[in-house]
Amino acid sequence: MTTARNPALPASAATRSLSAAAWALVQRDLRIALRRSGDTLQPVGFFVVVTTLFPLGLDPQVSLLRDIAPAALWVGALLASLLALDLLFREDAQDGTLEQLALCGVPFTGLMIAKTAVHWMLTGLPLVLVAPLLAGTLGAPAGALPAILLALLLGTVSLSFIGAIGAGLTMGVKRSGSLLALVVLPLAVPVLIFGARATEQAIAGESSSAALYLLGAMAVLTATLSPWAVGAAVRIGLE
Amino acid sequence: MAWVWLHRFGSPPYFYRVARRLVPWFAWPALLLCLGGLIGGLVFAPPDFRQGEGFRIIYVHAPAAWLSLMTYVVMALSAAVGLIWRMNVAHAVAASCPKIGASFTAVALATGMLWGRPMWGTFWVWDPRLTSELLLLFLYLSYIALRSAFDDVARADRASAVLAIVGVIDVPIIHYSVIWWNSLHQAPSVLRFGAPTIAPSMLYPLLMMLVGFTCFFAAVMLTRARAELLRRERTAQWIVEALDADQGGPSRGGGRTEQSAASAW
Amino acid sequence: MLKFLEMGGYAWYVWPSYALMLIVAAINIVAARGALRDAQREARARLARARPREHS
Repeated sequence: MTTARNPALPASAATRSLSAAAWALVQRDLRIALRRSGDTLQPVGFFVVVTTLFPLGLDPQVSLLRDIAPAALWVGALLASLLALDLLFREDAQDGTLEQLALCGVPFTGLMIAKTAVHWMLTGLPLVLVAPLLAGTLGAPAGALPAILLALLLGTVSLSFIGAIGAGLTMGVKRSGSLLALVVLPLAVPVLIFGARATEQAIAGESSSAALYLLGAMAVLTATLSPWAVGAAVRIGLE
Repeated sequence: MAWVWLHRFGSPPYFYRVARRLVPWFAWPALLLCLGGLIGGLVFAPPDFRQGEGFRIIYVHAPAAWLSLMTYVVMALSAAVGLIWRMNVAHAVAASCPKIGASFTAVALATGMLWGRPMWGTFWVWDPRLTSELLLLFLYLSYIALRSAFDDVARADRASAVLAIVGVIDVPIIHYSVIWWNSLHQAPSVLRFGAPTIAPSMLYPLLMMLVGFTCFFAAVMLTRARAELLRRERTAQWIVEALDADQGGPSRGGGRTEQSAASAW
Repeated sequence: MLKFLEMGGYAWYVWPSYALMLIVAAINIVAARGALRDAQREARARLARARPREHS
């Protein structure tokens, strides 16, 4: 079941080490994604548009905006993450790259981490960078910003790793859009809950450290356990 | 020794036969225990000091919630066994669980709402236990949806096994949510370390219902598992003999429907 | 008897709960048996197609 070898992949035994292979994979995926920057940055654009629509749609009383700011930010982050998930595996599965990755002798789990990291760089990282702007339009006080950014940072990492599981499981399914959401959402809800809670507490001026610790724990948990699940799911999808 | 037992159960014809024989042994005790629990709970248990007669919902709510959690654990464990050892029987067991689990999770949530309205004044509150139980319902539904998305049963088995294993983390969250957080829902009174914190006359019917529901689950699950196993084994030789045995004798041209005593359930 | 049915005023909460449980339990039983019957029927049909029977 061999297809034409993708020249961007590590081809020689010298690059058999996991870190070299992972780095090569990250570079390749980023290059491909940025070539089609329209598609790739769509989720972030979507996030920005949706979150700025809230102030436009509501009576711009600052107090009400502050109330919905956590929800708006986090639902937006979740949706943006979901939208980009399809790209994670589908194309590579279709053109045979994923099979080559599975067969090339490098630990597959490590490559899954690399792919998930790319997904985060394309969705989570832009979200975190854009968040100060959005928090401002939603009326969040400047003092809340560090906590909000940290929460988004940790939360988006978790969302990427959780989403990757869903993407791997639904890889072989046609028209899997709503199935992907159905699989990912129950698993992502805890992140949503604690992320919104941390944001809410930060905006109100209270200490959000408890929620942030939990978000950190979730990030660590998902980053360590999800690659196994993603690898298993992708291998099942490749059969 | 345990491995021998596991391997025997892993044999599809063995499981199919034994499951057929076991079902009545679970079904009748389930009926009797639930009947006894209902009578004990509705008639003999005294009214609660604070909640009056309303607390009697516990005899439906608690067993349903217990079933929702236990079913998921059974599903996740058998899915893991099926994934690791590639056993069709284990996958068949896992496949039989989600509809049972989802329906009883819904019952637990609905009866919980009916109980919460008079006691707490509200049908719903986003507290940790209710939220995580609702998540469990979504997990069941996404498991069912994922399964049906695959045409090939073997791939469906393996993919949904991964999902079941990932989702099992919700179960301890549900159970411990009332301990870890300030929840509106009361703390565990039966499944805890130390003695139960509930009066014996109220406790015994509850225990009967819990055991009765568990037997009910076993009976229903084994029935479904037999069906799932048939679907996975395609045209294996043992199916011929098994189907003949289901009909109570050698096949007579496939005209008779299943009527024998073996199918009393 | 009426006191029993009234459940101390909680009747509208208690009895629907019990009714719901009974209905769901009944559905589970019926659905499971139906699934088994369907699977057996399909298996027989599959076997008949795969190996044409001598006495059919």
